[in-house]
Amino acid sequence: MQLTNRSEVVVNKEMTFKERLYFPAIISGLIITVKHLFKKRATVKYPEEIRPMAPVYRGLHVLKRDEQGRENCTACGLCAVACPAEAITMTAAERKKGEEHLYREEKYAAIYEINMLRCIFCGLCEEACPKEAIFLTDRMLPSDMNRANFIFGKDKLVEGVSIDSRIDISKRTNAHRKD
Amino acid sequence: MEFIIVKFVLVVIVFLVSLGIAAYSTYAERKIAAFLQDRVGPDRAGPFGILQPLADGVKMFMKEEIIPTHADKGLFILGPSIMMMTACMTGVVIPWGNTLIINGTEYPVQITDINIGILYIFGVVSIGVYGIMIGGWASNNKYSLMGAIRASSQMISYELAMGMSIIALVMMTGTLSIGEIVKQQQGMHWNVFVQPLGFILFIVCAFAECNRTPFDLPECETELVGGYHTEYSSMKLGFYLFAEYINMFISSAIIASLYFGGYNFPFIDQLGLPHNLLTLLGTLIFFGKVFFFIFFFMWVRWTLPRFRYDQLMHVGWRVMIPLALFNILLTAVIVLWQNGQFN
Repeated sequence: MQLTNRSEVVVNKEMTFKERLYFPAIISGLIITVKHLFKKRATVKYPEEIRPMAPVYRGLHVLKRDEQGRENCTACGLCAVACPAEAITMTAAERKKGEEHLYREEKYAAIYEINMLRCIFCGLCEEACPKEAIFLTDRMLPSDMNRANFIFGKDKLVEGVSIDSRIDISKRTNAHRKD
Repeated sequence: MEFIIVKFVLVVIVFLVSLGIAAYSTYAERKIAAFLQDRVGPDRAGPFGILQPLADGVKMFMKEEIIPTHADKGLFILGPSIMMMTACMTGVVIPWGNTLIINGTEYPVQITDINIGILYIFGVVSIGVYGIMIGGWASNNKYSLMGAIRASSQMISYELAMGMSIIALVMMTGTLSIGEIVKQQQGMHWNVFVQPLGFILFIVCAFAECNRTPFDLPECETELVGGYHTEYSSMKLGFYLFAEYINMFISSAIIASLYFGGYNFPFIDQLGLPHNLLTLLGTLIFFGKVFFFIFFFMWVRWTLPRFRYDQLMHVGWRVMIPLALFNILLTAVIVLWQNGQFN
């Protein structure tokens, strides 16, 4: 029964003498491979050369500070709830007297950890955050030899206080940014 | 005494050069493989990855050395030793260049030009089969044994055709000494032009003898894990791999000297250069030819797929040997005709 009209009849036809010599075929094969010697290499030498990234690329996270250098995060835990990979853990603490220059609101995250091996870089934490504290950036996650080093604490996530150590998030076009 | 010193120096040089070229063949193999596949290849160790062979060597030495419990320990060690020894021995009869004249004495750039040079090479190469056979047997592993059986049957089959293709050449040249054969090819009188069929047979058999693709069934990963060296680790494995590259280098040298004029190149007499300089130039050109054939080995590796085992035997016994016999017959007729036997 014919199902389609695309079927082809298989013919196991005898090879001609020229084909049985194999040498013409081998030589044409050799020519094909040697042509590749002069072709452009497909390799991108990563650390020296970075592939152009899409404007919506979701890379390494950053915990933002406000204009006065105070941490935005209030340890509400919405990012941890939103996280489908359950990569985010945090411990909240209350702001003491004299710490007003460090934290913007009365509550802050004493410990804030993202397990980068679990993280799937979906950006839902960024979407969930009501305080504009966590953002994904265009930076890449650096490689490491040790699994423990992939648990990023506040030392690696929070941006610096000074203006030049702030991390620019405007390079990424982000539909969900509220400002 | 002086004779011994000169020969000793030559032996050491040839030995070191063989090892150096074998080491850099591994690098060249990876680079050429990469280039033919539009990749970059190893480029992290030193500029362009030029120190990669050193890194590989260090890795090989640092790896744990494992001798399986049920392996025959003596034979297990003997296998790679034979392989390495025979690989290094073949370089002795190859004429690396013409003669050098130092203080009025003429020194040939060849360790020894024995009058049965070709036979010597065949003898030594056939001992090399024992290296694979003993290694595969002593491992006490099915895959190793299968690889060893394949290797020995393949090498025995192709040695026949290889020997017969050389017989035709010997009939033309009338000598078994490699130095003499190279001398006869002065200028552009290369044997490849008078023995094209013999050359093709020889190069195909050389691929089979070196266990290179498309004849690399003894170490065919998809079927045999690693073939005869499955159980080997550390520098013993290194010896097997290294010997393969030395064999490739020596095969290239033999092809270059038997069929492509060795150290001869066209217009060698019209340059008007001093004798020693011409010799050095000839040696360089000889190495150029050798490098081309090493490249050719690698080029073919990334072009042709591996034979099936029955196809391998079919090609060996039913194509190569009849063709070699036909070549002998043809050569005999031509030689007799040239000598005026038919008039």
